[in-house]
Amino acid sequence: MGFWEVTLKLLQGLEQTCLIFALTLVLALPLGLVISFGSMSKFKPLAYITKIFVWIIRGVPLMLQVIIVFYVPGFLFGTPLFSRFGSVVAAFVINYACYFSEIYRGGIESISKGQYEAGQVLGMTKTQVFFKVILMQVVKRILAPMSNEIITLVKDTALARVIMIVEIIQAAQNFAAYGLMWPLFYTAVFYLIFVGLLSLLFGYFEKKLNYYKA
Amino acid sequence: MSLLKVSNIKKSFGKVEVLKGIDFELERGKALSIIGSSGSGKTTLLRCLNFLETPDEGTMSIDNNVIFDAASHQKLSDAEIRRNRLRFGLVFQSFNLFPQYNVIDNLTLAPKLRLKEENLSKEERKARIEEIEANAWSLLEKVDLVNKAKNYPCELSGGQQQRVAIARALALSPDILCFDEPTSALDPELTGEVLKVICDLKSSNTTMIVVTHEMEFAKNVSDEVIFMADGVIEEMGTPAEIFDSPKSPKTQAFLRKSLEMF
Repeated sequence: MGFWEVTLKLLQGLEQTCLIFALTLVLALPLGLVISFGSMSKFKPLAYITKIFVWIIRGVPLMLQVIIVFYVPGFLFGTPLFSRFGSVVAAFVINYACYFSEIYRGGIESISKGQYEAGQVLGMTKTQVFFKVILMQVVKRILAPMSNEIITLVKDTALARVIMIVEIIQAAQNFAAYGLMWPLFYTAVFYLIFVGLLSLLFGYFEKKLNYYKA
Repeated sequence: MSLLKVSNIKKSFGKVEVLKGIDFELERGKALSIIGSSGSGKTTLLRCLNFLETPDEGTMSIDNNVIFDAASHQKLSDAEIRRNRLRFGLVFQSFNLFPQYNVIDNLTLAPKLRLKEENLSKEERKARIEEIEANAWSLLEKVDLVNKAKNYPCELSGGQQQRVAIARALALSPDILCFDEPTSALDPELTGEVLKVICDLKSSNTTMIVVTHEMEFAKNVSDEVIFMADGVIEEMGTPAEIFDSPKSPKTQAFLRKSLEMF
């Protein structure tokens, strides 16, 4: 089996990897913000429930969560709730949203009370204060930890193969049946390029936000 | 007739009663200084005036319109509370400029957001935005910072930042401008430029309430002085009355200590 044939197969796997990555990111980023509001809520029961939820999700291996989402509804209701791909995305979104929520919370709580009060005395609504004054400052502060988390996500997508999603690692492993090991090592190149591009992107954002200091 | 009338304002934090019934009036165009030692309640009083704290009891009215009544405050809608609080402007000790906006945007952000709440046609909106921007530029001229309009707060000195903060508060044309120790966070050589701006405002008849530790400023600029101690107004009068012939022993002791430092 030749180099190009392998590359083509791996690219097909990479497509799955990218899909999981992109969908997780697009859905978990806003969901994480909602969860962070929950954990900061002044309504204590909601804050406690959210914190317990985050503890469970962060405390259980993501691989196990993928398995649970895919198999448990089948045991309980006799029919699976999600497709294989749907299960992976659902588990990833919930898991990453919880991690993101803690990063958001740290960022939001680091903004001084004076910023809120300045917005308030200028007659802004709470929503305006959050979106026009606070959020941009939060984004700047959480960019570094977010970059870390997002880069981790790239590689976590490999966990999807636990329920037989043929992402790039699984695609490479399929060649092992033919006695080919090198495609597995070859996948590292794809990951490195992916993460390299992301790092460049984050660097660009960081530079963009460097026009002010807070 | 007085512009502002404050009666029986009380505020507790938990079991600590910080304001024990504050009454005073202020006429339009007058500058009032509030002095007193730390913990006397002067900052809390200012925060109550700006609705950053909600008094437990009491009322406040401007031009005979009640803008705050502890008894019925809960019933007011958010929009009404925001409209009432705009009768006051507040300049903070630590400036609290918005770091991600340049100077001119710091001034225009809130007025532009207020426009969104009005139902305006496209042309009206455009005209109002131009008005807001023209007003902002003229305010920058007033605080002598036109050349810094496109700079970000982090590029300015503390004194310049505080002057921007004053212009920002004025951009919403409050009836009364409040200052919470406006020079306390500044290096000594920078206090002068901020005090000068406040003096200029005084000569253009802006009604002001200034919480301050600058005794010279309180003495020379204000029309009235309130000395607060332990959550009450211990003494109120003209600067001459308070500084030259204070009646209360507490005022005398405070002034002796404050002036000793110099």
